[in-house]
Amino acid sequence: MITVDRHKCGHCGACVGVCPANAIELINRWIELSDECIECGACAKVCPVGALEILNEG
Amino acid sequence: MKDEYDVVVVGAGPGGSIAAKTAAEHDLDVLLIEKRAEIGNPVRCAEGVGKEGIKSFIKPDRSWISAEVKGARIYSPDGTAIEMSEDMAGPEVGYVLERKIFDRALALQAARAGAEVMVKTRATGLIMEDGFVKGVKGKHFGDDFTVRASVIIGADGVESKVGRWAGIDTTLKLSDIETCAQFLMTDIDFNPDYCDFYVGNEIAPGGYAWIFPKGGHEANVGLGILGSRAGEIKAMDLLKRFVKEKFPDGQVLEIIVGGVPVSGPLERTIANGLMLVGDAARMADPITGGGIVNAMLTGQIAGEVAAKALSRGDTSTKALSEYENRWKSAIGAPLKNSLRAKEIFTKMSDEKLNALAHSIKDVDFSEMTATGLLRALVKRNPKILWELRHLLK
Repeated sequence: MITVDRHKCGHCGACVGVCPANAIELINRWIELSDECIECGACAKVCPVGALEILNEG
Repeated sequence: MKDEYDVVVVGAGPGGSIAAKTAAEHDLDVLLIEKRAEIGNPVRCAEGVGKEGIKSFIKPDRSWISAEVKGARIYSPDGTAIEMSEDMAGPEVGYVLERKIFDRALALQAARAGAEVMVKTRATGLIMEDGFVKGVKGKHFGDDFTVRASVIIGADGVESKVGRWAGIDTTLKLSDIETCAQFLMTDIDFNPDYCDFYVGNEIAPGGYAWIFPKGGHEANVGLGILGSRAGEIKAMDLLKRFVKEKFPDGQVLEIIVGGVPVSGPLERTIANGLMLVGDAARMADPITGGGIVNAMLTGQIAGEVAAKALSRGDTSTKALSEYENRWKSAIGAPLKNSLRAKEIFTKMSDEKLNALAHSIKDVDFSEMTATGLLRALVKRNPKILWELRHLLK
């Protein structure tokens, strides 16, 4: 599961640009994730501040 | 907002505003939408731009010029400096802008030319009919709307959705994006006459750190790294380290983050009824990351081509291919060269970067262009001639 730390996010949109599933949207000053997320982790890697994280379930 | 326009432009950055202005000047009915509540804010940019590049689009005004610099200095990992004068250094050096005011000034130009400007207005999809883009679906202040148009111009930046909705794959590979962090700093000691660049695999893997004067005691101090080399290391952490070493007593007035596409232009920047401009079309220079002038240029061309297409009643890709032909002939070759240079320089070891800097440190670059610099490099480093050969054509 992917999580966003809204307190860290600088709303730059880099994560949206690299998302191959078109599952992230930057809306004014926050980002929203859709269930199309394939948990590839590209967004977490590219985030300049580490606001996105993939959490392993179970 | 009306139900129908000739042109809807999505995104009011420099590319979108110039596109809207240009289209409105050609007597088209234009809507320019911006999802943010404030045009130009938050900033996501180091704000450096070449003087000549900008002058053809807007008369320079003190209100949006934070500083003027004489040149650029590039520091190799061991601190060897290569200096270039402002007019030779390329598209990111000359003025350091105040983007919040600059972007607003450009949107104002669009409005004065007759375009309708709407903020807090976000596109959420496209109206597609018979393989043609025929309008935009969106939300304004939380309320749904649809608006029809014969031509849509996607100027929605690094996070572009417009292209994807029309079936153009705009996804950036991690090796094709620079992930950046920047502080606007004060109380720091720097040379106000230069934009400084620091390269090296320790400092900024696959990218560079920068210090761009902002007037007075302020400067944009930032750092970008290639996405493929990020992950464990974050641009923000490297920036904090850079600042701790360089300006331990400096104060941070603003934190800015951003992603810069360095893939080179998309293969396809048009669809039936659609053109993509600026960062949405990945027009930023892959070596410098500079994107403002290319965004304005492609915005202008798109505005002109929209007018022509509408006057002929044909907005098919065939008609809009003039847009692709024109931007290719204007900036296609330099962008291609920059992309090749990026592939070479982002893979270089610190030893190689140092050796290159040493080989040309005594050369007078005051009258040298970027190509001249490359020629000098090759002359003194025959071994890299093969890798760099394409750049000298």
